[in-house]
Parts: sequence; C-alpha cells; structure tokens
Amino acid sequence: MTAHTETSTGIDTRKLGMWAFLSSEALFFGALITNYLLFKGRDLQGIHPRELLNIPFTSVSSFVLLMSSLTMVLAHAALTRDNQRAARGWLLATAALGATFVGGQVYEFSNFYKEGMTLSTNPASSSFFVLTGFHGAHVTIGVLLLLSLVGLSFRRGGLTFEHGLNLELVGLYWHFVDIVWIVIFTVVYLIR
Amino acid sequence: MTPIATGGVLRRRIPATGFWSWVTTVDHKRIAKLYGYTGFIFFIVGGLEALLIRLQLARPENAFITPAEYNSLFTMHGTTMIFLVVMPLAAAFMNYLLPLMLGARDVAFPRLNALGYWFFLGGGIVLYSSYILATAGAPAGGFLPETISRLGSAANGGWFMYPPNSGAQFSPGSVIDFWLVGIALAGVGSLVSSVNLLTTIFNLRAPGMSLMKMPVFAWMSMVVNFLLLFSIPIITVAIFMLIFDRQFGTAFFEASGGGDPVLYQHLFWLFGHPEVYILILPAMGIVSEVLPVFSRKPLFGYAAVVFAGIAIGFLGFGVWAHHMFASGIGPITQAAFGLSTMTIAIPTGVKVFNWIATMWGGKLRFTAPMLFAIGFVAMFTIGGLSGVTHSIVPADWQQTDTYYVVAHFHYVLFGGSMFGIFAGLYYWFPKLTGRMYRERLAKYHFWLMFIGFNMTFGPMHYLGLMGMARRTYTYPAGIGLEFWNMISTIGAFLIASSVLLFMANWINSRRRGAPAPIDPWDARTLEWSIPSPPPEYNFGEVPTVRSLDDFWHQKYDEDDLGRVTRRPDADAHIAELTEKHLHPEHRPHLPSPSAFPPLAGLSALGFAFGLLYHATPVGLGLIALGVVGLFASFLSWAREPLEENA
Repeated sequence: MTAHTETSTGIDTRKLGMWAFLSSEALFFGALITNYLLFKGRDLQGIHPRELLNIPFTSVSSFVLLMSSLTMVLAHAALTRDNQRAARGWLLATAALGATFVGGQVYEFSNFYKEGMTLSTNPASSSFFVLTGFHGAHVTIGVLLLLSLVGLSFRRGGLTFEHGLNLELVGLYWHFVDIVWIVIFTVVYLIR
Repeated sequence: MTPIATGGVLRRRIPATGFWSWVTTVDHKRIAKLYGYTGFIFFIVGGLEALLIRLQLARPENAFITPAEYNSLFTMHGTTMIFLVVMPLAAAFMNYLLPLMLGARDVAFPRLNALGYWFFLGGGIVLYSSYILATAGAPAGGFLPETISRLGSAANGGWFMYPPNSGAQFSPGSVIDFWLVGIALAGVGSLVSSVNLLTTIFNLRAPGMSLMKMPVFAWMSMVVNFLLLFSIPIITVAIFMLIFDRQFGTAFFEASGGGDPVLYQHLFWLFGHPEVYILILPAMGIVSEVLPVFSRKPLFGYAAVVFAGIAIGFLGFGVWAHHMFASGIGPITQAAFGLSTMTIAIPTGVKVFNWIATMWGGKLRFTAPMLFAIGFVAMFTIGGLSGVTHSIVPADWQQTDTYYVVAHFHYVLFGGSMFGIFAGLYYWFPKLTGRMYRERLAKYHFWLMFIGFNMTFGPMHYLGLMGMARRTYTYPAGIGLEFWNMISTIGAFLIASSVLLFMANWINSRRRGAPAPIDPWDARTLEWSIPSPPPEYNFGEVPTVRSLDDFWHQKYDEDDLGRVTRRPDADAHIAELTEKHLHPEHRPHLPSPSAFPPLAGLSALGFAFGLLYHATPVGLGLIALGVVGLFASFLSWAREPLEENA
C-alpha cells in the first residue's frame, strides 16, 4: 500500500485494522464466556461439564498451544533477520502445535460424547461446547493462515513484511487466540 | 464515472465502465453508490410493506391482509428499514465522504470495503429470498392457519426475534432461519466495513488534520464504527445460539430445558441499543455539516458536539435494559437503567442546543438540505422527548407494546435518521453528480414529506396512550381509534408521494440538471475543494490542513474589526485548485479492481444457503463449495498485487 506509507498515527494501517478486528473478537468471546458462566452453576439435568473435565490432559494441550506462541515469536524473529528457511520452519512448527491442540480438542469432545455429555444435554454442556468449539474453529483458521504463509513463502522474494497477508498480522491473530484460551482454560477448567 | 488518463499512464486490465467494472470496483465512491442505490431500493420495498400495513389498519376489523401476512410484513418492514436501509445509506455517506473530507485518495482497505458491500447484499438476498423459498409453519392448534400465503412467508417474529416465540416449537417453519442467517451475514459485512472505516479515520488523514480538526461528520462516523465493532459480535453470538436452539437441539433460550429466554433479550438489546445510535449518529454528523454552511457560521461549540457524540457512544452501551422493563428484571435493575437512560438525554440535549445556537443570528438560506436539517432537529427533539418518557418505569409499563413506542421510534428514525439522510442527499448531490438538483421540486418534497410524516406518526402517540397495541393486525370498532388511524394511513400515502417527487428529481437532475460549480454552497470542508464529480483519485495533490473548516479559511479572512470578508483572490484560488486536481503533476497510485471480494461474497452466500438446507445433500454441497470458495478467494486475494503497476 505504497499510497499511504506514511500514516497519521505512525502505526501500520494493516496492523491497526487487525487490532480493531481483534477488539471485536474480544467481545465475541466475552459474550460466549459470559454465557458459560451463567449456566455453569445452575442445577441442570444430565451430566455437567465439571464432572467430566480432564484437567491433566487439557493442561498438556494448553501447554502445547502456549508453546506455539513461542514458536510464532521465533518465526517473526527469524524473518526480521531475513532468514527465510528458519522462518518457514518455525511457522510449520507453530501450525503443527496448533493442529495438535485441535486434535486434542477433538479427542476430548469425542470422549465427552462417549460419556454421555452431548451438545444438547443441558445448557451448561451446550455453552461449553459452543465456547470451546468456536475457539477451536479460530485455532483451525489460524492453522490455515499459517499454512498459507508457508505456501506464500515459496514464491519469488519469499516472505516479507510488506505482503498483504504478512507474518506479523497472523502473529497478532495467533497470540490473541492463545490469550483467549488462557481465559477459557482458567474460567472453564480451573475455577470450578 | 469517467475513466481517467489514457496513454499508458493508468492501464487497466478490467474496463473502467460497464457492469463488470462495478462488480470488481474497489473505488470508495463507486462502492458508496452501490450501497446507496441498494439501500434506496430496499427503502422502496420496506415502504411498500409499510403501506400494506397502513392499508390494513385504515379501518377497524379490516380483512385486507391475513394475520399471518401482517406478522411477516411488520417484521420485514422493521428489519429492512434498520439493516437494509438506514445502515447501508449511512455506509454510503461514510464511504463517499470520509476519504474526501479527510483528504485521502481512498479508504484504508479498498478490497475489504468491497467485501463489506457484497456481504451486506448477500444478507439482503437471504432475507428476501424467504418470500420465495421459505415456509412459515404455525404450531398446530394455534390461532394462525397452517397454510400461509407467500406474502406471509417471511420472518414473522418481529425485528428483535425473541425466543421462545422464535424457537422451534412456536415457529416450526424455516422463515426464522432465513432471517437469522441473513442478519448474521449482513452483520459480518458491517463488521468488515467498520474495521476499514475506523482505520481510515485514524490513519489516512491529510497532513495537519489532527483529530480535533476533523469535520464533525468524521467524528460521528468514528463513534458509529466503534459501536458497530463492539455490538455486532454480541448479536452474532445471540443469533448463533438461537440457530443452535432451532437446529441442533440446544436449549439456551428454552425455559423447559433449563435455558433462559431473558438472556436472549439481554444479548439482543446489548447490541440493539447501540444499534439505535448507529442509526442516528451518521444523520447527526450530516446535519452538523449542513447547518453551519447554510447559516454562514461555524458550528457552535465544535468540541462540545464532538464530546457529546462520544458520550452518547459510551452511554449507549449502558442503557439496554430499558427495552426490557416489562420482562420482570427486578426493581434495582429497573431503577439503574431508568437513571442511565435519563443521563443519555444530556449529551443529546447538548447537541440540539448547539445546532440551534449555530443557526442563531446566522444568515439562513432555506435550501432543501437546510429545510431537511431543520426538520431533523425539530422531529428528533420530539422523538427524544418521548424517548425520555420511557425511562420512567411505571410510565414505560403503560406504553410498552403500544403505538406510543411506534410513534417514538419513527420520530427518531424517520424524522431523525431519514430526514438527515435526505438533507445529505440534496447537500452532496452537486458533488456526486456535477449537476444541481431542482430546488423547487426538492422543497415540495420536503413539505409533503414533513406534513405526511407528522400526519402518519403524530397521531400514533395518542393511539398508543389510548391503548392501541403494536403488532396486532386489527383493532375493534367503536373504541375511538378509527379517526386517527385513517389520518395516519392518509399520511403514509403522502410520504410515499413525496418519495416519488424525490426520485423524479434525482433521475432528472442527474442527467439534465444545471452544471454544478466546484463549491455551489460556499461550504467549509475539503470535499468542496475538488472538482464535481471528484476525479477517481480524489485529490491531484494531497492537501495540507491548517485549521478546522480549512477550505473556508482558504476563502475568507477576518478584517481588523473581526468581520469576515471574502478574500479577493478566492475565486482565482478555486480555479487554481480545480486545475491542480484535474491535471496532477504526479500520477496518483490507485488500487486495482479485484474480482476476489465479489467472489468471496458469492461463496459466503452459497455457504449461507447451504446452512439453511444443511439437512439435504444439496445443502451440504453448498457448504463445502462455500468454504472452498472463501478459502480460494482469500488466498488469491493475498497473492494479488495491490496496484496495477506494482
């Protein structure tokens, strides 16, 4: 966007747009988390999420997701030094860690279904699945973004910060999704 | 639009005129026209729905339309006017004017801008396709017949769509699903647009234009886009939860399954109340531009008007439960929300007094935009005052679900928003088309609409206080409601004929109006310093801004006694500006047209229809196609060079 290389605020236009979008996402997850908090304490029929949550398992998958933020930062650092190979490697590692987290969620969900807690068991289970499901969808979209970046890195000139879809923007999104998970993990799993 | 500069300077792969140039456009002025014309077409459709409603209510115990059709008509009328008329018309103004007022060549994200429009259009298509495709089932043994005509086969739960009425048990057909998916899709469009416009306001101001030197319209747009940014996700969550309830067996809003129907009301109005400011603030911005120009005075208390707008934005998130006083939310909550509702009258009053003080002692010119702006101030004040009466809880209990509320919100949304929009349409018509509209015809439009409006909605205050219920297809004879209902219906047809005058004026003057000079109103803001219509790149040379109302100060000086005098070289200066902007020294870079925003919009539309038919193989196929299409469009989008010569 060479027409506007100098911006009024000094902040990159695409970065500012991403921050605006993420602030909207915060309200989206805020509404879903509120929804869960409203229903989690109610006396409802059927199995309650708190009876089934496997904290050791989810702690491990949470750790995996948090580590993906580290690899994301390492990818950014590698690109700052213009080390394309390393940047690509760290991006792939980030995508792999993200996919592992989503895989863990699929395993967790299928276990809950086997135990008899489904989407429609009661509003507490519904809000649990909808909240964590929408977060999982966000991680999945993030993995797609990371893989797209890896794909784009093979064209002439490799990855740069000037590209429309650039590593820094994906990084902002990725860290945001991680931070949301920290809140969800605390609210849903740790505070009973 | 004239294609600019040939001779290899700006070679385009896609032609600059014709159908495909409009589909692939990323020019903010063209996207604004797309929003504007689409919004106006929906205005006519929503107006026809209103006329059918008024015909039905003209006489007591009328059987012109059936109760089921009536339910669909009032739901679609409200939904259309809010989501498909006032919001896109406001988006049209913001798109057209923000870059011109801020001194920018385009918006921050031209392709996202186009995407926002296509998502909005997709949402409108889904909503209205329900008249053809959807079924409006009624619960067995109920009041409504089980077979319903096509006219009754659109969403019928009111624009607020409260469960349990909108749940699977009481609305077994598919019309509610069409509404939910359509609104969600249009909502994503608004969200995309708000990210783009906010970034534009913050980052693309001309050198020297600090925030406090921006026109008030830009400030009000900023507040509106923050409100959209923070309220759209909440309605999206509410819609998703209702879709899950209807389609996937959850019971978020079903009391029998442990759910909570009032939760929906909280989520809806936490969006819905900011939404009413989303509808009114753009009109407030327009009026704040029109009044100073036709009073030949600067806006009285610029900073106060700006801060009042911001205060309205903040308070707008803290008053939602006043829509729910009758739903048993408890006395403490009622008192708190009653008080916060009264508070919001303060910044609103600040604005009204500033507009009056702007006109006070000015040299008023009663052109059509000025008449509409004054009409806005008067009608909005009436609507605002009846609004404050809702903050008194016992009075609100009496008024809830009566025509008093209908009168109130039409005074703010029609007498307010639509009058403001008509003021803006006339005011910027010369800039948009390069021609003048017919002043006399425009004044007839104003007076006919003004009289018709007050005849239609004024009596509703009285009807409501007499106990006439909203959303009910008829009323009994002999309880004193006949006369004013007939007056109201006649008024509605006066409004309709005034809209015909407006259309005749617009269509005629676009082609055959007298040529408009660069600055026909002796105006104050930057968009009047460039040719009419503006060249594709807006500014041949990016202006440097020194003060608020910078263009005015280029034309006027103060003499020793503090009197304002026009500079002797003002006309020569304007001629020089025209030349500079028409024949720039350096050719401006422009973003290339792109086919990916409309492709992504089409994929999203396919995905939406897939969701509506997710139980069939065709639906599943559409979902798969939509997902693949979206991913492919966005990936190609990311690979596409931003400028033709990049």
